[in-house]
Amino acid sequence: MYTEIADPQPTGRLRARPHRRNLGHRILGSGLVEALAAPHGVDRYLELVRPGWSLRDLRAEVIAVRHPAPESVTLTLRPNHLWRGYEAGQFVRCTVEIDGVQRARCYSPASSAHRADGLIELTARTHPEGLVSRFLHDHAVPGMVFGLEPAAGDFVLPPKRPEHLVLISGGSGITPVMSMLRTLLDEGHRGRIAFLHYARTPDRVPYARELEEIAARSPGVSVAFAYTRAADADDSRRGRSRQGQEQLRQGEEHFRQGQEHFRQTQGHFCQGHFCQGHFCPEHLLAVGADPGTEAYVCGPPGLIDAVRAVGEPERVHSESFVPPARTIDTGDAVGAVSFARSGVDAPNTGATLLEQAEAAGLKPLHGCRMGICHTCTCRKLAGTVRNLRTGEISATADEDIQICVSVPAGSVALDL
Amino acid sequence: MTNTVPTLTPEQLDTFGRELDAIRQRALDDLGERDLDYIRRLIRVQRGLEVTGRGLLFASFIPPAWLAGVTALSLSKILDNMEIGHNVMHGQYDWTGDPALSGHGFEWDTTCPSDQWRHSHNYMHHTHTNIIGKDRDVGYGILRMSEEQKWNPYYLGNPVYAVLLAVLFEWGVALHDLEVERLGSGDVDWSEKRDLLAGIWRKASRQVLKDYVLFPVLAGPQAPLVLAGNATANIVRNLWTFTIIFCGHFPAGVFDFSVEETDEETRGEWYLRQLLGSANLTGSKLFHIMAGNLSHQIEHHLFPDIPAHRYAEMAVEVSELCARFGIPYNSGPLGKQFGSVVKKICRLALPDRLWGRAPATKQAPAAPPLTAVARPEPMPVAA
Repeated sequence: MYTEIADPQPTGRLRARPHRRNLGHRILGSGLVEALAAPHGVDRYLELVRPGWSLRDLRAEVIAVRHPAPESVTLTLRPNHLWRGYEAGQFVRCTVEIDGVQRARCYSPASSAHRADGLIELTARTHPEGLVSRFLHDHAVPGMVFGLEPAAGDFVLPPKRPEHLVLISGGSGITPVMSMLRTLLDEGHRGRIAFLHYARTPDRVPYARELEEIAARSPGVSVAFAYTRAADADDSRRGRSRQGQEQLRQGEEHFRQGQEHFRQTQGHFCQGHFCQGHFCPEHLLAVGADPGTEAYVCGPPGLIDAVRAVGEPERVHSESFVPPARTIDTGDAVGAVSFARSGVDAPNTGATLLEQAEAAGLKPLHGCRMGICHTCTCRKLAGTVRNLRTGEISATADEDIQICVSVPAGSVALDL
Repeated sequence: MTNTVPTLTPEQLDTFGRELDAIRQRALDDLGERDLDYIRRLIRVQRGLEVTGRGLLFASFIPPAWLAGVTALSLSKILDNMEIGHNVMHGQYDWTGDPALSGHGFEWDTTCPSDQWRHSHNYMHHTHTNIIGKDRDVGYGILRMSEEQKWNPYYLGNPVYAVLLAVLFEWGVALHDLEVERLGSGDVDWSEKRDLLAGIWRKASRQVLKDYVLFPVLAGPQAPLVLAGNATANIVRNLWTFTIIFCGHFPAGVFDFSVEETDEETRGEWYLRQLLGSANLTGSKLFHIMAGNLSHQIEHHLFPDIPAHRYAEMAVEVSELCARFGIPYNSGPLGKQFGSVVKKICRLALPDRLWGRAPATKQAPAAPPLTAVARPEPMPVAA
């Protein structure tokens, strides 16, 4: 398991790593070497020596792979010298090559932003249609090289940390708040930190043991897990390996103990809680928080809505990590989509514009495919689109839209 | 040429087009790691040859090192320009999403700027293949390569121009998009070509700086040997690419087309023109790689954006399809095909009446030609 290494100079802000520009970099990056390496450039030679080497491209090498829960994979990455770090809660766009095709997805590091060795820890949860997460789960090995983009995202702690806060996550949304928790611990945070995590079943929590250890050794930290589908154990047992079954059995045992513990200590501030069902104010109380506590929530929209309904709106900071449910009603899809720059026209299928562009043979830049990273943002020239995340309908001409979460309502023209 | 196009009914042409579409789709569906591994391995070999060649040339004082260095560098430039550059710039690897293999981002080791090449080659030549007056690759505005280009005394120098073009081929390619012959005739004004010129200047000066200034200067006292080595490698590459490329569309039996007859082509007709306007070279696997698989010119023109290393396997299906439809599939060894190109260059230097009109090539005797003999659309004479 990952061990925390306290940062000697916690700053509370993104620590700017000094640009390590040693003699080798200076020589290879010189105009002379660039002229000698023309027209391909120095990087096209360096990467042949070692795939992670690059003067211009941010890349990272996988140095460790673990499977902390049956459907999760945790990767430890060593980024190259171009990496500038991240703030806890931000995400990183990773490019992975699968059967010859580069696929980009966004993942939030779960590691502390102050991690002294500069490594990044990513945890991905697989789901049946998750091409990249499934690939990482089944095939990631040390030595593999990913492309990275600088960290981005506004789901971060303020520079002046709140004294008391509650971190709430659902499913794979655990990673950014895990990073917040680890970062605050590294900073020697003095206030109370409550951590409330929702999972369907106990075996699906990748950081359960570490969270319990943190709660046990850090007086200000209280942790509770809530299982929304513990009763469906039979359902979740289906199709598991023997190891998975064993993990599930342990989880269920854990859950029963937790329930007992919860009954005995309900309403009191204590550590190591287990709750049941979906978010409710009682769960907040169980981890020693109240609706007025500054809350950082990452998870499915339902969880975020539930927290917002209880907390004070300006104190609830959130990021949705689950693709919005989309209704593709082909009977409803009318008109045509015109990709103006490529000169391609196709009938509107009702899918997202990104999917329709890909179906038409285009390769638009994209990242998260769920409306977070804005990599796919492109200019809509004409037509009306519906944003799947917000439900907003917009008919403005010449506006930038996120094509991964936009479906055309009638004919649409894109500058793509 | 007075070749007649094999006669196919519209239905036959439609079926023919569909079958080619199906061959293409099968290849597309199968794209994956195999293609990427292939091109990456080739790039690795090319960069290895390049670094080795440059290194050996620094030891030029040992004559065998100079020779080995020139050989390695020549091979590197040939692979870079043909099997890697030409094919990557066709977008054959765009599906990978790898920026290093992007058809729009790739730059090759020759004086021609890649963006101008993509316009003159991918768009102009591949769309209008062998249409006299539209495809500027027919004679490159310098040579007379078809009877449909009206003879005039300038063309007496045809063989001389061809030799010069072969030796300086990369410069010919670099200037291709400028349409020098139309500038000379006043059809186009220099001001319209300013951006192109600036692009050529930028790219060519970088190439010259690298091959003829920086590497020689770094070699110190051996500068003249390195300079000579680099120049030789560039010329070797020029001669080889000229030879292969001229075997693509100019050997005996390749058809020309007129603007009128290709006015409103169906997909099937487009395929047929690509097929009849191209010729293949036979040879070993290594030969095909060194030829950038342009030795499968027919398949390349049918499927320009399919990774070229697949052409050999696609050729089996294409030639079988041609046999079924009675369409000539022009293929032969390098010696024979290039020999017929040389003969054509020499023959077309002289007025046609000296030879009698049109040496007999293929004829589809029974049926009347689907399309009339190409109407002459005289190519402008280079100034």
